[in-house]
Amino acid sequence: MRRFFRRNAAGYLFLTPWLVGFFLLALGPILASLYLGFTRYDMVSDPRWVGLDNYRYMFERDRRFWKALEVTFTYVALAVPLRLAMALAVAMLLDKGLRSIGMYRAIFYLPSILGASIAIAILWRAMFGIDGVVNQFLALFGIQGIGWITTPSTSIYTMVVLAMWQFGSPMLIFLAGLRSIPRDLYEAAEIDGTSRPRQFFRITLPLLAPVVFFNLVLQIIEAFKTFSSAFIISNGTGAPADSLLFYTVYLFNEAFRFFRMGYASALAWVLLVIIAVITAIAFATSKYWVHYENERD
Amino acid sequence: MKTNATDLAAGAAELARAEARMKARRKTRERHARLLKHVFLIALSVIMLYPLLWMFASSLKPEAEIFSGLSLWPAKPQWSNYTEGWFGLPVSFTQFYWNSTIVTVLSVIGNLISCSFAAYAFARLQFNGKTLLFGLMMMTLMIPYHVVLIPQYVLFLKMGWVDTYLPLVVPRFLAADGFFIFLMMQFFRQIPRELDEAAMIDGCSPFKIYWAVILPLSLPAMATAAIFSMIWVWEDFLAPLIYLNDIDSYTVPLALRLFLDQEGQSNYGQMFAMSVLSLVPVLIFFVLFQKLIIRGIATSGMK
Repeated sequence: MRRFFRRNAAGYLFLTPWLVGFFLLALGPILASLYLGFTRYDMVSDPRWVGLDNYRYMFERDRRFWKALEVTFTYVALAVPLRLAMALAVAMLLDKGLRSIGMYRAIFYLPSILGASIAIAILWRAMFGIDGVVNQFLALFGIQGIGWITTPSTSIYTMVVLAMWQFGSPMLIFLAGLRSIPRDLYEAAEIDGTSRPRQFFRITLPLLAPVVFFNLVLQIIEAFKTFSSAFIISNGTGAPADSLLFYTVYLFNEAFRFFRMGYASALAWVLLVIIAVITAIAFATSKYWVHYENERD
Repeated sequence: MKTNATDLAAGAAELARAEARMKARRKTRERHARLLKHVFLIALSVIMLYPLLWMFASSLKPEAEIFSGLSLWPAKPQWSNYTEGWFGLPVSFTQFYWNSTIVTVLSVIGNLISCSFAAYAFARLQFNGKTLLFGLMMMTLMIPYHVVLIPQYVLFLKMGWVDTYLPLVVPRFLAADGFFIFLMMQFFRQIPRELDEAAMIDGCSPFKIYWAVILPLSLPAMATAAIFSMIWVWEDFLAPLIYLNDIDSYTVPLALRLFLDQEGQSNYGQMFAMSVLSLVPVLIFFVLFQKLIIRGIATSGMK
């Protein structure tokens, strides 16, 4: 017993802050929101058990829930592949012995580190407004622009463009991945007369597959979490006509504007399940991800 | 026989010339390709930077000028946008910057302490249940904040912490940002184990090893974590939005949102001026610590 204690003491002592946080701020709340999801709770009176009512309402009658799913999945389906394609394309351009790569890398990464800020969301609203700079640019070609954000059919694309603008971090991960591909493979292919596109599909892509996959999973989860920019650009409500009703924005409104905490907890659990499915796929293939690259710099 | 030899020599010379020609052609082709690449990359750089430059230019323009052209050069720079914007809300930005600074500094300290503790335990110490706990830690990385938001809010409300900075700061002392644990572990693992073992043989306690061996050797990791955590806390919006109701306690992002709420009488020049200022600390950190930031992403593969 004493030995058992001594063997474990140090580890658990160092883990104490995290353990407290894990139980109080992660596991506890996850279980609590599972419970709250079966209740009606307005924060004034105690939670009242309603069984499956929240979920039944959500799946059977709540149009806004389905709209939120539609908006979010549309965003994920557009923003993630476009951002990754952009990141990979630029990473490949930067990879092959280019001078001043450091400068380009810094410039391309800069938007990623600023992108989450409210300042950028405010900027985006102004840029894509009816007389914003985007329409000023289009006017040069005689195109009459519209209010890209106030028009429900186009508003989501302003968010997609914002996501594409922030291709920096997947680009950095791709760059690290590209560097681990041995150069002589390309030289051999060159001697054999293999064309460039063929080299890409036969060498680059297969060897980069784990990194592509890793980026994909990560970016999908990130995209599901999108909140601040969507909140600011949609005026906090998912406007116009719910076309920017991201799942997180809907959840926030249900919880903190209408104080339907029970229902919002049910919404949170559905989001958790969606993310868990994606994470499960990631873990099932985790043997690919863990490789440590010491970046040459 | 003789003719054959001269033929052969001529042929060889011909071949060499052809090869040289091909080499030269290849070289020019490569040079062209490189030039084309640079042209493309420069064009892309301009597109990437244009929004930021436009925001800065707009922060120096009167409103009519902001929405009337593409120019990045204000006709007459209105530096007054900055001074008026600073005092343009019921509470001055001095207060908001002070608030943001307090929250950020405390959060960064919390993250560094608690996450390095956990990372040290996971990377170096042996204890029962380590694999399970590590798995759980990795899983929390994937959990969206929104899922734990409501119970956390109820908890902090019951504790009387709403409208204080405690809900923003205390979680960071409890290693709630698991990303940093992961980031630090990657670095800790690269430190040779022989060092710990030598220290242990010398009778050092695990804490002494953490303090005197691991920490001094992972200063770049600590700096990287500090920078990322500073930037993210500075830009954080959701938690302050929920927990801070009193305008005197607002952080900078919340204050920026107030400009939007003053619809009708909103002043774009001032709003942009304050937006630009809110990015300045992040920009300074980016310029100073670019190398660390970029390496941090490449080694941890996240965000």
